Amino acid sequence: MNLPGLYIHIPFCKTKCPYCHFYSTTDLTSMDAVIASLVREMELYEGEFDTFDTIYIGGGTPSLLTVQQLDVILSGIHKHFLVPPDAEITIEVNPADGDLAWYRSLKDLGVNRLHLGVQSFSDQALTFLGRRHRADDAFAAIVNTVRAGFDNFGLDLIYGIPGQDLQSWRKSLECAVSLSPPHLSAYQLAIEEETPLCHSYRRGSFDIPDEDASLAFFLETSAYLERSGYHHYEVSNYAASTSRKSRHNQKYWDYTPYLGIGPGAHSFKEGKRWWNHRSIEGYLKDLGLGTTPVAGDETLSRDELRLETLFMSLRTARGIDLAAFRLQFGEDLPKERHSIIHSLVASGFIVVNDERISPTTRGFAVADQLALIF
Amino acid sequence: MTNMDYIRNFSIIAHIDHGKSTLADRLIQHTGGCDARNFQDQILDNMDIERERGITIKSQAISLPYTARDGKTYNLNLIDTPGHVDFSYEVSRSLASCEGVLLLIDAAQGVQAQTLANLYLAMEHDLEIIPVINKIDLPSADVERVIEQIDSELGLDTDTHLKCSAKEGTGIEDILEAIVQRIPPPSGTPEAPLSALIFDAQYDPFRGTVIHCRIMDGVVQSGDIIRFMYGGATYKVEEVGHFLLSRQKRERLSAGEVGYIIAGVKTISDVRTGDTITLENRPCDKPLPGFKEVKPVVFASIYPIASDDYEDLAVSLEKYKLNDASFVYEKDASVALGQGFRCGFLGLLHLDIVQERLEREYDQSLILSVPSVRFRLTLKDDTILYVDNPSHYPPQMDIAKGEEPYIRAAMMMPERYLGAVMKLCQEKRGMNSSLSYPGPGRAELIYEMPLSEVIYDFYDRFKSVSQGYGSFDYELIDFRDSNLVLVDILVNGEKVDALSQIVHRDRARACGLQSCERLKEEIPKQMFKIALQAAIGGEIIARTTITAFRKDVTAKCYGGDISRKRKLLEKQKKGKKRMKMIGNVSIPQSAFLAVLKSDTD
Ligand SMILES: Nc1nc2c(ncn2[C@@H]2O[C@H](COP(=O)(O)OP(=O)(O)OP(=O)(O)O)[C@@H](O)[C@H]2O)c(=O)[nH]1
Ligand code: SF4
Ligand SMILES: [Mg+2]
Repeated sequence: MNLPGLYIHIPFCKTKCPYCHFYSTTDLTSMDAVIASLVREMELYEGEFDTFDTIYIGGGTPSLLTVQQLDVILSGIHKHFLVPPDAEITIEVNPADGDLAWYRSLKDLGVNRLHLGVQSFSDQALTFLGRRHRADDAFAAIVNTVRAGFDNFGLDLIYGIPGQDLQSWRKSLECAVSLSPPHLSAYQLAIEEETPLCHSYRRGSFDIPDEDASLAFFLETSAYLERSGYHHYEVSNYAASTSRKSRHNQKYWDYTPYLGIGPGAHSFKEGKRWWNHRSIEGYLKDLGLGTTPVAGDETLSRDELRLETLFMSLRTARGIDLAAFRLQFGEDLPKERHSIIHSLVASGFIVVNDERISPTTRGFAVADQLALIF
Repeated sequence: MTNMDYIRNFSIIAHIDHGKSTLADRLIQHTGGCDARNFQDQILDNMDIERERGITIKSQAISLPYTARDGKTYNLNLIDTPGHVDFSYEVSRSLASCEGVLLLIDAAQGVQAQTLANLYLAMEHDLEIIPVINKIDLPSADVERVIEQIDSELGLDTDTHLKCSAKEGTGIEDILEAIVQRIPPPSGTPEAPLSALIFDAQYDPFRGTVIHCRIMDGVVQSGDIIRFMYGGATYKVEEVGHFLLSRQKRERLSAGEVGYIIAGVKTISDVRTGDTITLENRPCDKPLPGFKEVKPVVFASIYPIASDDYEDLAVSLEKYKLNDASFVYEKDASVALGQGFRCGFLGLLHLDIVQERLEREYDQSLILSVPSVRFRLTLKDDTILYVDNPSHYPPQMDIAKGEEPYIRAAMMMPERYLGAVMKLCQEKRGMNSSLSYPGPGRAELIYEMPLSEVIYDFYDRFKSVSQGYGSFDYELIDFRDSNLVLVDILVNGEKVDALSQIVHRDRARACGLQSCERLKEEIPKQMFKIALQAAIGGEIIARTTITAFRKDVTAKCYGGDISRKRKLLEKQKKGKKRMKMIGNVSIPQSAFLAVLKSDTD
């Protein structure tokens, strides 16, 4: 069994992007209180978890934190848990934040992977997305990353932005590739319920690509990045080499346990999932009382676990591990679902060998539906 | 031992909605058959589906003690019956247990088709008939006109009528007195060998089959060994009793009484409605006449969504049939849908109710094939073939003549809707219309039309064009020549026999096109492109396609997204469970019936 991963949620942002559905607030007054509570929460899980070989500090905007504040968190982790020397320690960085000195201090704190929220190299698109930074800041952030000595970092990009056509997206991709990031994530802009973007979409303020156009973006992204030497290893993720895959994110997809610390964070262990209060108040209050700030939990039934296993593994290039699936669910998919598998192969959605059923690029595009077929 | 002189067995019969169940409520309350705390309107309509739809589907018996003006206490066995024509078999069976009826007539609507039809049923059984004019509280009540109709249309003595408002509870005492005085007590000999008529039954998971019967002669009590005369099976009686609001155990049931018998009957097929029960060691000479055979008019096949559930469906149908004698079925098999059953129904409402009860009471997920009427085909070699199942349709070249059943439809409505209704009837191949004005502002329209045209959406559309003010009734009249063809539907080139339809040639193209369009609306997008075609023989007469999913995947899926995503997918998966896989295409349950729906709604 793989070692579990640790996720730390920093629920603060300077401004709120209209498309975002993550839990964060722009009221920064309780920052220190939250940071202290993060460490208190870790303490409560001592015993239940002991070693983490990946740590991911996300948000929100963790790059709003000072070196001292980050130090509190990282020291907390080391105090309450074991972290092997080769652990992957990632932090998300907004290109608007931090100077070279700050980047260097991250390195000193033991952070060894950065995830830069570039989103786009077009100022127009960045404006639509309501981001705080411009394209220039993105270049500067990458320069700082490299100068501070990070050889492992990734960029986030978003496509399907109103006004963007295949060509302008391709430009952003070229731009990204020219900077040789070891890792790239390319997400299609999703209209999430209850976000300001969703409201203006409902009012008809803008259009988003239809299914055909979305597919064209998706296939173009995959083809271009693969040609540029990236491995399309998950629906939205690309790595320059196997060692540059996000080891932390892999855990979400292959059922390795993980602990989520911070308001709104989710955890998973032994078929049980639980999640924290999605409010700073509730979070602080519970920790003030010395109890875990858990808002709810669920224990997955066999069928739930089966469905999750299917849709999570069909998101990755590795696909469904047939032996593991047989062992866990007592089903021999190639045998029992022979005819549908045959047509899915014939239509180019999956490839099958003795060990696994893996989605093709076309299959990635309809991964959710693929999961429902089995 | 009950003295038969103090028993009265009667049914309340009427056209739909004339107030039978409401009158039953008042009789129950007046006799103290239910305390105020447990009372609810139309209390005898105890199935969920009856309460939701506001109609009675099953006849329901209840015994009421009533102390009459003569100071004596009578046991009144009331049977509330359904008014809708599709459930008339329920009425006729109830009447076999009675000596009299209350024939209810809505004071505003007057005599309607089922008033007459049910009156004739009562006359066939030689029953005492008490006409009761109900809803006299309505501002639109026209009691004089109804009295006139009692004479002219029903041919009954107008002096015999009573008036009431079931809603307001007026006239109830007079009705109870009339029941005691005018309806004769049952005849029959308690000392004679047992003969009891089974008029209904129901399956109880704990007690086995509960038999509803009327004791004609003799006595039955627990411990007796009874024999079902049709099949000869014998059982030991465990319990007998009366129907109150629930079953009430009694010492014995004796000649003239209506009640139930529980005898641990686990082999459901041993019990048949209409059969006679007698005692093993002292049998009666011959069985009672039983009931007329049901004549279904609408046919459809049912299949389990998952073929593994076939056996389970078979058991459920057997149990269901116990409680619905008008439902008939036999084994059937479809190339596309596997093993199933061909079923006959008394009408479309009946079909609808059967499907819903099977789903609710027996937890079955069903696919229903496109409903059909029974056609008459004369082959070139002069043999006559009745075909209600499109998959049994012979090769077109063997057919010399096709005929389809026609109905006479009688529609009542306020005059202002006449135009719209006539247009609808015309569209449905109506002919030989006639129009009359039974009352000021009210029109009655009679049309002859093919039954196949009213079989699916006619009723809904009629209700909508007459804005709910119209009433519709029909009777089968005869078979008439019709140029028939078989329209098949192909999904990705594969024929789905359950979607085939026998239609008039002039309508074939439109019907094929409509089927494809409906299917396109009902069948959700899938992984593969789906071609839908309609064909007569090898000739394609209509086609359309459903495009495949192009992109459907969540962009981000980390920590918190996972359960959210799973729940969304679970919902979709649940929907898929209710679909039938044909080749690689999942077809939702709704698609099979939607094919018949017209586009005007
Ligand atoms: N105004 C008025 N309404 C009545 C009266 N009796 C019944 N109704 C109403 O008529 C409607 C039909 O009543 P039911 O008792 O369900 O009629 P039913 O004859 O049992 O109907 P089916 O069993 O479906 O044939 C209900 O809305 C009753 O409230 C009455 O005396 N006066
Ligand atoms: S910075 Fe990130 S977390 Fe904050 S609002 Fe924008 S998208 Fe959301
Ligand atoms: Mg009723």
